[in-house]
Amino acid sequence: MSNPILEVKGLRKSFQISNGMFRKQKFLNAVNGISFSVSEGKTFSIVGESGCGKSTTGRLISRLITPTEGEVWINGEEISRKKESELANVRKEVQMVFQDPYASLNPRMKVRDIIAEPLEIHTKLTKKEQNSLISEMMEIVGLSDYQAGLYAHEFSGGQRQRIGIARALIMKPKLIVADEPVSALDVSVQSQILNLLKELQKELKLTYLFISHDLSVVEHISDSIGVMYLGEIVESGSREMIFSEPQHPYTKALLSSVPIPDPKLKRDRIILKGDLPSPVNPPTGCKFHTRCPEAMDICKTVEPSLVYNKKMERMVSCHLQQETTDSNYIQI
Amino acid sequence: MKNTILQVERLQTEFTNDKKKVKVLHGVNFHIKKGEVLGLVGESGCGKSLTSLSIMRLFKGTTARISDGEILFQKNKEEEIDLTNIPEEEMRMLRGKQIAMIFQEPMTSLNPVMKIGEQLTEPICLHLGYGKKKARTHAINMLENVGIPRADEVINEYPHQLSGGMRQRVMIAMAMSCNPQLLIADEPTTALDVTIQAQILDLMRQLQQDQNMSMLLITHDLGVVAEMCDRVVVMYAGKVIEEASVLDLFESPKHPYTKGLIASVPKIGNLKEKLSSIKGRVPTPENMPEGCKFAPRCEEAMPICFQKEPATKAFKGNRHCSCWLYDDEMRDVSV
Repeated sequence: MSNPILEVKGLRKSFQISNGMFRKQKFLNAVNGISFSVSEGKTFSIVGESGCGKSTTGRLISRLITPTEGEVWINGEEISRKKESELANVRKEVQMVFQDPYASLNPRMKVRDIIAEPLEIHTKLTKKEQNSLISEMMEIVGLSDYQAGLYAHEFSGGQRQRIGIARALIMKPKLIVADEPVSALDVSVQSQILNLLKELQKELKLTYLFISHDLSVVEHISDSIGVMYLGEIVESGSREMIFSEPQHPYTKALLSSVPIPDPKLKRDRIILKGDLPSPVNPPTGCKFHTRCPEAMDICKTVEPSLVYNKKMERMVSCHLQQETTDSNYIQI
Repeated sequence: MKNTILQVERLQTEFTNDKKKVKVLHGVNFHIKKGEVLGLVGESGCGKSLTSLSIMRLFKGTTARISDGEILFQKNKEEEIDLTNIPEEEMRMLRGKQIAMIFQEPMTSLNPVMKIGEQLTEPICLHLGYGKKKARTHAINMLENVGIPRADEVINEYPHQLSGGMRQRVMIAMAMSCNPQLLIADEPTTALDVTIQAQILDLMRQLQQDQNMSMLLITHDLGVVAEMCDRVVVMYAGKVIEEASVLDLFESPKHPYTKGLIASVPKIGNLKEKLSSIKGRVPTPENMPEGCKFAPRCEEAMPICFQKEPATKAFKGNRHCSCWLYDDEMRDVSV
């Protein structure tokens, strides 16, 4: 294992959601003590449904918001407590690619200026030097030179996402946080962008934190995966292990909910009952017990801890696991 | 043609933009049989939604207009009507009663300042002629049918009090309340999470089978098509380019566009180093290429593809495809 580029320890973020002097203060624990690490040149994906805290995690790591608790190490540097003025260096090394290529590019700026903005902020390059870097970057992401003078609205969704990627890569960052980068795109274009991300990773030794709800996309791009539910990682491990033998009932249900484009395939689906509970008022015990098809009595009261399953090569937080194969577990 | 509930023939729909007419649908042909789930697939901008809006004639506030073609609807055993030329009054009585529709975004298609109950009973009172009390009981029944817990309380709530999945259930309850013969579902699960999508698809399939209702399911998700549909129509740039049973389509797609679409979906358990994709993008209605509209993006394009548009040909197993590749393979008749 090479050095981790990103290491997250006990990361927590709670938002205060009620204001006023006399009202009872309420907190929403969007991210509730998660830990993982990503080595150089690898992709770690966070999957989960809307409201599980995956986007908040991405924003915490790029320090768009400040964590309530926990540590974020980027390339050996702890950044979670840094002041805004000390973050300039971090910003160079961590860049984000956003979901909506329509909303994340300024409609009044030419593509050249959009891609040049990080250079303006972080470097003292002349216009000429900037321009040569920009045309080099545009070529890398598959755009033509002449397009630098156009505005974002003159591009299709896929091309816009390429612009967003060029902007993220221009500072030669170590870590890219990609928050649902292909969700707004058609399948034919989605595959182009996924291929591009994979190629760039190989060429530039990039490390990705990939946030997505789409398991088929996640399987394609990841080396390892963390499954999140209501602010917590319930299962994490290598891609092969998670997809071939999911252990947590939530992971199993997620996998079986994905519609597979093969009409001949007949399978028994696990259909979860009900909706995601409100994160403001999460269930007691295991947070998944209200929807879990395999819930037991203990799940309602005792919260399972995330433990390492040596045999299955992964972390799982589920009472079912702990009870059946106890000897295989080492608590971390 | 007694077995067909809806027959769309040469449908052309256009918009007027600065006094210039822009044709978006270039002669769409397909039919839906009774009790059948027909999938309508294609990339965004290829005319899927406009086709469904044309069937419902939901053009208010736009410049859209059906300029040619027929939409024949089997209203009852004896009567077949052409939806393109019945008066608006008759169309209004049809919408929600015989043909119902559900949309992608359940929040924007429900009225935020009306209680669920009021919205649900409106079509019931109008189309079934029920009184207020009876309509309310019927509405609660419908909510229970679509799996909404505490239906008698939900009926007094506002849409914002419900989750996305619950709102889509309300939309389905509303669409099903007058027992329609045809349900048009335009991306009904696209805005939902996978676990909720699985619930909603399951519910739709169950209701469709119970009532033997016909359904037009519009989606860009080939996984949803494979799970839900009996037959599939593939659209590209305002035309139907391929039509086949769901099994045939996935097993042996004929049109290079269909092949490209199917190949570009990442499949779980079927890892590839590189995904295939279709180069370029759907042409805009103002800049339609000459000849076959897919030719500039097609891997197998021949010189003739850039000059003349291919005709739609029929193949064994009730399949249709318009592509020059199959010119000498023509089996039965040119449609």
